Amino acid sequence: MANFIDRRLNSKNKSTVNRQRFLRRYKNQIKKSVSEAINKRGVTDIDSGESIVIPNRDLSEPTFHQGDGGIKDRVHPGNDQFSTGDRIPRPPKGQGQGAGQGDASDSGEGEDDFTFSISKEEYLNLLFEDLELPNLEKNQLDKLIEYKTVRSGYCAEGVASNIDIVKSLQGSIARRIAMTSSKRKQLKMLEEELLALVNDKHDNIQQKRELMAQIESLKEKIAKVPFIDTFDLRFRNYAKQAVPTSKAVMFCLMDVSGSMDQATKEMAKRFYILLYLFLSRTYKNIDVVYIRHHTQAKEVDEHEFFYSQETGGTIASSALELMNDIISERYNDNQWNIYGAQASDGDNWADDSPRCQQILEQQILPKSRYFSYIEITQRAHQTLWKHYQQVEESHTNFAMQHIKTVADIYPVFREFFKKNTHSAA
Amino acid sequence: MTNKNNTAENNHKTTVTPLDDTPDWTFDLLEQYQHEIARVADFYRLDTYTNQIEVITAEQMMDAYASVGMPIGYSHWTFGKKFIQTEQNYKRGQMGLAYEIVINSSPCISYLMEENTLTMQALVMAHACYGHNSFFKGNYLFKSWTDASSIIDYLLFAKNYISQCEQKYGISEVESTLDACHALMSHGVDRYKRPQKISLDEELKRQTERAEYLQSQVNALWRTVPKKEQQENEQKYKFPKEPQENILYFIEKNAPLLQPWQREIVRIVRKISQYFYPQKQTQVMNEGWACFWHYTILNHLYDEGLVTDKFMLEFLHSHTNVVAQPEYNSKYYSGINPYALGFNMFIDIRRICEHPTEEDKEYFPEIAGSNWVDTVHFAMENFKDESFISQYLSPKLIRDFKLFHIHDDSDNNYVEIGAIHNEQGYKKVRHNLANQYNLSNLEVNIQIVDANIDGDRALTLRYKPHNGVELGNSKDEVLKHLYYLWHFDVKIIQEDSAGEDQVIACCPQKKEDE
Repeated sequence: MANFIDRRLNSKNKSTVNRQRFLRRYKNQIKKSVSEAINKRGVTDIDSGESIVIPNRDLSEPTFHQGDGGIKDRVHPGNDQFSTGDRIPRPPKGQGQGAGQGDASDSGEGEDDFTFSISKEEYLNLLFEDLELPNLEKNQLDKLIEYKTVRSGYCAEGVASNIDIVKSLQGSIARRIAMTSSKRKQLKMLEEELLALVNDKHDNIQQKRELMAQIESLKEKIAKVPFIDTFDLRFRNYAKQAVPTSKAVMFCLMDVSGSMDQATKEMAKRFYILLYLFLSRTYKNIDVVYIRHHTQAKEVDEHEFFYSQETGGTIASSALELMNDIISERYNDNQWNIYGAQASDGDNWADDSPRCQQILEQQILPKSRYFSYIEITQRAHQTLWKHYQQVEESHTNFAMQHIKTVADIYPVFREFFKKNTHSAA
Repeated sequence: MTNKNNTAENNHKTTVTPLDDTPDWTFDLLEQYQHEIARVADFYRLDTYTNQIEVITAEQMMDAYASVGMPIGYSHWTFGKKFIQTEQNYKRGQMGLAYEIVINSSPCISYLMEENTLTMQALVMAHACYGHNSFFKGNYLFKSWTDASSIIDYLLFAKNYISQCEQKYGISEVESTLDACHALMSHGVDRYKRPQKISLDEELKRQTERAEYLQSQVNALWRTVPKKEQQENEQKYKFPKEPQENILYFIEKNAPLLQPWQREIVRIVRKISQYFYPQKQTQVMNEGWACFWHYTILNHLYDEGLVTDKFMLEFLHSHTNVVAQPEYNSKYYSGINPYALGFNMFIDIRRICEHPTEEDKEYFPEIAGSNWVDTVHFAMENFKDESFISQYLSPKLIRDFKLFHIHDDSDNNYVEIGAIHNEQGYKKVRHNLANQYNLSNLEVNIQIVDANIDGDRALTLRYKPHNGVELGNSKDEVLKHLYYLWHFDVKIIQEDSAGEDQVIACCPQKKEDE
């Protein structure tokens, strides 16, 4: 007796709930692992999933079990050299002996840490958990500038190209039924009468003729009801709907003067990538504009931005000016969400710093969603930092942080986008 | 259905055309093989529950793994962890998946994996649907300790109940309770008292009643406090009167501050633990029995000309892998393979019945030369691993396996060979191997001895070491879980060499608190 059941098409991912429970329980460890990984991993593969490592001891499910000591009698197969009474020095732990029993991981045998993969989605969720884009809601409503055409029902008037044939013909049928119903009822009655007369034994020629004439005229009247009428026509209606724009542009500004070495740039790059990933969770299309500067600013491509070396002094305002120019030229702030991120080692020509402050306050910040400045340096802050501090005090969409080592990047990033940081403002 | 099968059978008998042996299986072919296997199984008097054979994908197989073979499991993070582990290992190719999983239920559910070849499916059907299935139905432990007809209903009840609790009381709270219960799961078994059969209707009917009743009992415990003075003159009131080995049961009935729904969860975990208890005690026998029958049935079909040489070669290849026993110094060695030991023991019993040697007649006078089918059935029905080995492990098998016994006393810096596969050693090897499967030696002997309900309600457990083996170092972690359920101090005591009771673990730990 047997019944076969094909379960292959049954719900997959039956264990999803359990997996989520597991992730939930180890969220703290996983988060730690994620934030460590962000500093370790190569910058380019940041958009992939992540292997999570959790020390095995954190995962163990404790039970009462037998420990060390005492007398243990074990039987093993494959005797090739022993005789009764042989004495052998005790082999070191975890070799040959005692593996047959219970929880091997609990009895001190070295086992690897528990490693598993999380998907890109889960990874990014954990990476950016509790973070949000500041000022997003506040500005969104007053800048509804993009329109999308959406269907919105039917209307009786419109251009011929929008005629909806099915709807129109449905109207036509309805109208014809409505307009002819009384006539058809009459027709039916007359036809029945006629039939009765035909079946009658007497020939009522006169009556028949009259009836036939009436039937004819009724049929004609019915036929005269037009097949389609302008009244029937229905046109597809379209309406314009305002949608919040989902385009964003991210300006990466970096000082490439002689004082910025490759390691510093690498740190800046990681920061930019985090920012990019974070923005890509909110916006579908993101343009990235790279602006590098020493005494002059220049818009470059990604590779040149990060890897080509320049020397010379530093005038930071040049980059800000260029950014402002590019915004006015290509990124109308009504249509684009503008984000700026500036990285520098803090060096700037002293007289230029007030000018930077001025450009930021008057030109760039009013148009931007958010502008962040990171200073990557081991030394004391210089004039640029001081002037930017004044900006920070008076503007909610400006933030600055100081990064010393690679390990600071992720915490600093979290600091920038911590939920509700600016909501009170 | 039966008509169709009968005609199919007649066709085979008259023509003896072998069954199709293409690698790809179809449901039609499975039916044909199943039918032939069933016929042979019947010939050997294998009595089974109705089979419900479910074809599943590898992913579903991993699911089944993760939920330790329960077809319907409640949600818990440990199952997620197991799934991730299994998936990880499987993807890296470190392990193959089991070809089958079979559940002790009526109808008996077995899973066939989609990826298996037709030969494998036939092997698995013979192994699981007739081997394991008849073991579940015939062995005395399963007969008296589990109720195959109600387990699926009960698991369903448990799953629903726990998810309701999650909605009512929050996931975290339920999770902590389950964690605590899981830590004590192997101490939720009545080892000697036969459990009552569980039935879904009754469970549902009694559940509310029970919750209320238990709560009132607990309140009664509280009310004993003022009466203390009266009792002082009499004998000191001792609770529990006798040491309790079933810790979860004690918690369910007596923990003072546990919520009714928590008691129900304790009960669920306890019941499930009880359900799996016979499987722990019959691993060698159960697997051996199943291997013995897939081997015997498929060879029978081969002798009848129903399966081809090609089929047999593939079958023997898999079979040999399953029953291989690496030697102690092999890098693949991880203890004695229960499949190998069990399979060879049943084969050996058949040999003793059919072709007994002088030695066999000396060691097994009562079975040498008897009807082998009767004998293996008797062995399957009336033993568990420990008694099965001490009853049936023959000197020949000890020689074949070259078994030897190591005596390891931690007081010495050497280990000693206690016995080997020679005339003097047979009985000692057999005795020690049997003990190796004695759960009461393997599992920790820990019992609740005092609950001090007239005082601070501190719970005392006593650890009785077996052969002087210490309690493993996870005891503090487990005690935290017990503390979570009991809500008052818990400690474990152990008698030291001087006969004094020493506290070896307690929770909350006093040093850290102060």
